[in-house]
Amino acid sequence: MVDPVSLAVIRGRLEQIVDEMDATLFRAAFSPVIAEARDGSHGLYDAANGDTIAMGKTGLPVFIGAMSHAARAAIKRADADGGFADGDIILLNDPYDGATHLNDIKLIKPLFRDGRPFCLLASVGHWIDVGGNVPGNYNPTATDIMQEGMRIPAVKLFDRGRMRQDVVDILLANSRLPQSCYGDLNAQLGALDLGERRMIELLDDYGADVLAEAIAEIQARAARQMRDLIAALPDGIFSFEDNIDNDGLTDTPLKVALDLTIRDEEMTLDFSRSAPSCAGPMNVARGTTIAACFVALKHVFTEVPANAGCLEPIRFVIPDNSILSAEAPKPVSGYTENIMRTIDVVFGAFSKIAPERTNAACFATVNVLLMSGRRDDGSDFIFFTFFGGGLGANPEGDGLNHGNAPIGMATIPPVEILEAAYPVRFTNWGLRCDSGGAGHQRGGLGAIYEIELRADAANLVAFGERAVFPAFGILGGGAGAPNRLIYDQDDGPAIPRLGTKLSGVRLTKGQRVRIESPGGGGYGPAGDRALDDIARDLRLGLVSPDRAERDYAVTIAPDGTIARPAA
Amino acid sequence: MSGPATTVVGVDIGGTFTDVFYVDEATGACGVAKVPSVRSDIALGFLDGIAAAVADPADIASVVHGTTVGTNTLLERKGAKTGLIVTKGFRDVLEMRRRDRPKTWGLWGSFQHVVSRDLSIEVDERTLADGTIMTPLDPSEVTAAAERLIALGCEAVGIVFINSYANNTNELAALEAVRAAWPNEYINASSLILPEIREFERASTTALNVCLQPILAPYLGRLRDNLAEAGSKADLLIVQSNGGVMSAETAGQLPVRTALSGPAAGVIAGAYIAEAAGFPNIITCDMGGTSFDVALVSEGKSALALQTSIDFGLVIRNPMIEITTIGAGGGSIAWVDRGGFLQIGPESAGSDPGPVCYGLGNDRPTVTDANLVMGRINADRPIGGKIERLDVDAAKAAIVTHVSAPLELDAMAAAEAIIRVANSKMAGAIRLVSVERGHDPKRFAAMPFGGAGALHAGAMIRDVGLGSAIVPRYPGVTSALGCVIADMRHDFVHTINRPLDRLDVGPLDEEMVATAARGFELLDQSGVQFEGREVIYELDMSYIGQTHTVAVALPVSLADGTTSVTEGIIRTAFESSYRATYNRLLDGIATRILSLRTAVVGRRPKFDLSALSPTGGSVADALLDEREVWIDNGWQTTRIYDRLALPVGARIAGPAILEQSDTTIFVDPGLGAEVDRFGNLVVKPDD
Repeated sequence: MVDPVSLAVIRGRLEQIVDEMDATLFRAAFSPVIAEARDGSHGLYDAANGDTIAMGKTGLPVFIGAMSHAARAAIKRADADGGFADGDIILLNDPYDGATHLNDIKLIKPLFRDGRPFCLLASVGHWIDVGGNVPGNYNPTATDIMQEGMRIPAVKLFDRGRMRQDVVDILLANSRLPQSCYGDLNAQLGALDLGERRMIELLDDYGADVLAEAIAEIQARAARQMRDLIAALPDGIFSFEDNIDNDGLTDTPLKVALDLTIRDEEMTLDFSRSAPSCAGPMNVARGTTIAACFVALKHVFTEVPANAGCLEPIRFVIPDNSILSAEAPKPVSGYTENIMRTIDVVFGAFSKIAPERTNAACFATVNVLLMSGRRDDGSDFIFFTFFGGGLGANPEGDGLNHGNAPIGMATIPPVEILEAAYPVRFTNWGLRCDSGGAGHQRGGLGAIYEIELRADAANLVAFGERAVFPAFGILGGGAGAPNRLIYDQDDGPAIPRLGTKLSGVRLTKGQRVRIESPGGGGYGPAGDRALDDIARDLRLGLVSPDRAERDYAVTIAPDGTIARPAA
Repeated sequence: MSGPATTVVGVDIGGTFTDVFYVDEATGACGVAKVPSVRSDIALGFLDGIAAAVADPADIASVVHGTTVGTNTLLERKGAKTGLIVTKGFRDVLEMRRRDRPKTWGLWGSFQHVVSRDLSIEVDERTLADGTIMTPLDPSEVTAAAERLIALGCEAVGIVFINSYANNTNELAALEAVRAAWPNEYINASSLILPEIREFERASTTALNVCLQPILAPYLGRLRDNLAEAGSKADLLIVQSNGGVMSAETAGQLPVRTALSGPAAGVIAGAYIAEAAGFPNIITCDMGGTSFDVALVSEGKSALALQTSIDFGLVIRNPMIEITTIGAGGGSIAWVDRGGFLQIGPESAGSDPGPVCYGLGNDRPTVTDANLVMGRINADRPIGGKIERLDVDAAKAAIVTHVSAPLELDAMAAAEAIIRVANSKMAGAIRLVSVERGHDPKRFAAMPFGGAGALHAGAMIRDVGLGSAIVPRYPGVTSALGCVIADMRHDFVHTINRPLDRLDVGPLDEEMVATAARGFELLDQSGVQFEGREVIYELDMSYIGQTHTVAVALPVSLADGTTSVTEGIIRTAFESSYRATYNRLLDGIATRILSLRTAVVGRRPKFDLSALSPTGGSVADALLDEREVWIDNGWQTTRIYDRLALPVGARIAGPAILEQSDTTIFVDPGLGAEVDRFGNLVVKPDD
């Protein structure tokens, strides 16, 4: 039995190792999607079954579950060769095998001890471009994965310590930005190097047996903790559903429906009533859906550590051919948009189970905006950014204004960094008045970003959600404002045919694109909001007088006094 | 006055006590003093402390001051009412932050900066990323904005224009226009505070700086006046967050650099004392009246962070010593929350009114009250001096009312519970900087200081698994001692943002020389004597395409008006830094210089720690008394020693209490303490 102090130290060191791997990748990466948006992650996985041992907390939490599937794919690949060899590194981006989407390049390296793999080190990062029809690969009109980019099954990037240059050459030949990909590949290899050094130190300090025992105990404790938390919840079946705007091709909503069963200390998440897989890129693989649920549950049960143990008492029912269980060659590039709807639906179900632990729906779209073209000096550019929005209100207070998406800790690059790197100029960068859902606690505000093109011309692609179905409120709270996209054309401002999904549009110098991102949902009835809070919202310009009168049923006297007439 | 002024006095003003350490640089004589801080007029405590230490103010050559006024002002959002004048379209430069949230897990939490959204006013102006002025400024629009902010009651104002790091013509024009309208000098242009790319970080640092100015500048002015009135011609120096000192005048202009002033001084002193004693790896634990500050020193070096957040989104971008703070000090109030959980802090009784036992009006129990009731603090010899006797009965009554009753515990069990919860909170903070960053705690020694830290050192050894604890000879005045030994340091940053192969080295060299000259000028103006001067140059560099940079130390020095920097020197230095960081280089990709960082350091004479070493004495003579102390559910007869009377080499077995004027040390059962040759007490587990 490992003593409690060693157990605590080992747990701390494992978490430290993966956090340090995260930091190494983010600092060294070329793709701004990794370096600033932190769309990457690192973890340690069981060498036999791919279960998560530890996962960095600074990257994209959705990879926590997803990378476990990639680890399994790597194990399968190695088994076909008679097992891992020391010095091997497996690379893949196949979303059906390793979850998420094609931009996420996953590297998996066995860590050898005493002649056999002790665990797997894994690194994933979102490369800025991996081929396909649309630079940056967020192709809102893709109908199969071939249009989304190159698909790489689990292959050996390193064979017994030697890098296979032929594989690297294939990778780089299939990207519009090979230099960026080369830099990211090296950054990921650097993170694996560091993780390996740190793990060897840990193994030297404690020995493989003690470490393995400690890892098993850490998982068992997480499972126990999760079971206790579930046991404290009321038994029953709790249902919630929301819709994805459309699949990028036809104007038809796609339902995400959850029936959540709590029974004793176990929980079942049944998504059987959700829409079947769609023609456009709004599908995700089953492993991705499970990973998304894990993220949602971690937001509700913040105290549970991030390892495979917490999933032990949880069952998933996801039928085949659902938008939540896509198989090849269904397109998946909009995976972030799909899973954020799943996450909000889990919050919605929990609002009926444990409202004191739950927040209202979030802006739930990464709002991809891509402009690609040529600079005045002849070099190509791909300006690619995700945007923020309002978080859902919660029992403690109003939702956060301009927060990051629940699936990650991504920050947005500073305007000054973007303007220095790309031929764009921001003409507006501010909060969006009236976008937070009304409620006892108000939803967080979305933002307005207005961007002017300074190059001669650029292709414009946008990929966003919640233009039709805004962030819902809970316990009687109102919905946030929906997403909006407006772009200049020669004959005046235009909006996309399908919500906030757009491709095949050309901008010319001086034309602007404007995103008005969604706000979060409200918590509790608007009638319960304190007049002082309404007055503060008015003074700060977060809510307009018209909307205050309408949403909160108050009157505002000419001297500014707010009153709530008796009903 | 018998000769030239040769005494250097370090003064650290905490929420509870004002600590003083002085050394006469001519004779090497040194000493300490401690007086209660005066919350209503902090400057008063400052003079009291100096008067308690030095008989004739005319003997003082310099006073070096570490202050928490800046931090507390920010944490309590009590800075001056501050407005911002910003570029059209960027009213929300602060509100937008970098699109983040407080915690990875859990989507709750809110954000409040020091500038209210209704006090951020846009003006039509625009500079592009390459420095081109696209829209020139109309000064009359700025004047109107300034007048509106004045009408709204603003006392301070920041001007933050987009891309002003590349060209600050518009910002400087706005500064001039505001100056003509503004009733005071609390006006900051962001490019003069932090000429670095990244608008939110620059805006936040500027707003925090200017909102502190109306608080810090008059405060420092009053200190100087008071010193002068007392007949002293001493220079007044202020410790910065980076562990170096600056003149009071500079501090009045850049108060944001004092955010971690007091704590940084403590870490500097801790690292110095511990390394001399043979402990290069320590975790400093500074426990004062209101907070517990932890910093990790590895191999004698404390890590510098490029920026910190005082609270969620209250970003300060300036080099500073990495310090983790939690709200658990001697004055932290113990209370039972609605869920029936005992909580410690973050509310603190400070020194005024202070713990219940001070009898100054607070009736809610604090950590100090629990220590007193358990017999760990001597009621008849309170540290600090202004209070004659501590009121044990009042402390006990408060514990009974606020903790015993709701938790259904007897008074002693409740007191012990307060200490246990406080200990576990402190242990968590230590784990955060050690275990959770991959450091094995066994290799580290705790260095408790501040008035209350040494009462809890044993618990840190037990709860975290630290190898030992080293208690400096004067733990209550460590920050004050740090003030005395800290070097003067001025940091500068300048964004360059050019590819290395298109860099003109001439202007870079000129910039480096000019920056050093500015630093030297500040050193000269301070009036302080230095043993030596040093300029440290660093470039923030990356491969083109990366957004993060590595710090590249340039191996150049200033001679004959040039640094002799060359493209080759820069390239070699970059490659060596990059390889050290990432274990590889990327062939065929060009590199970029983002910013130049310059640190100008004036080395101050170091104080010889052996002056603190005890002479003579014996364990028997140091034994003061025995008293009953509550330990692990019961009273135990415990020996009480006069700590300063213990000779070098003395060994004391736990349980024992060692008293001295500025702190009390509790040696738990199972631990032993030994006095080393500098007078430090080294505490270790028995086996």
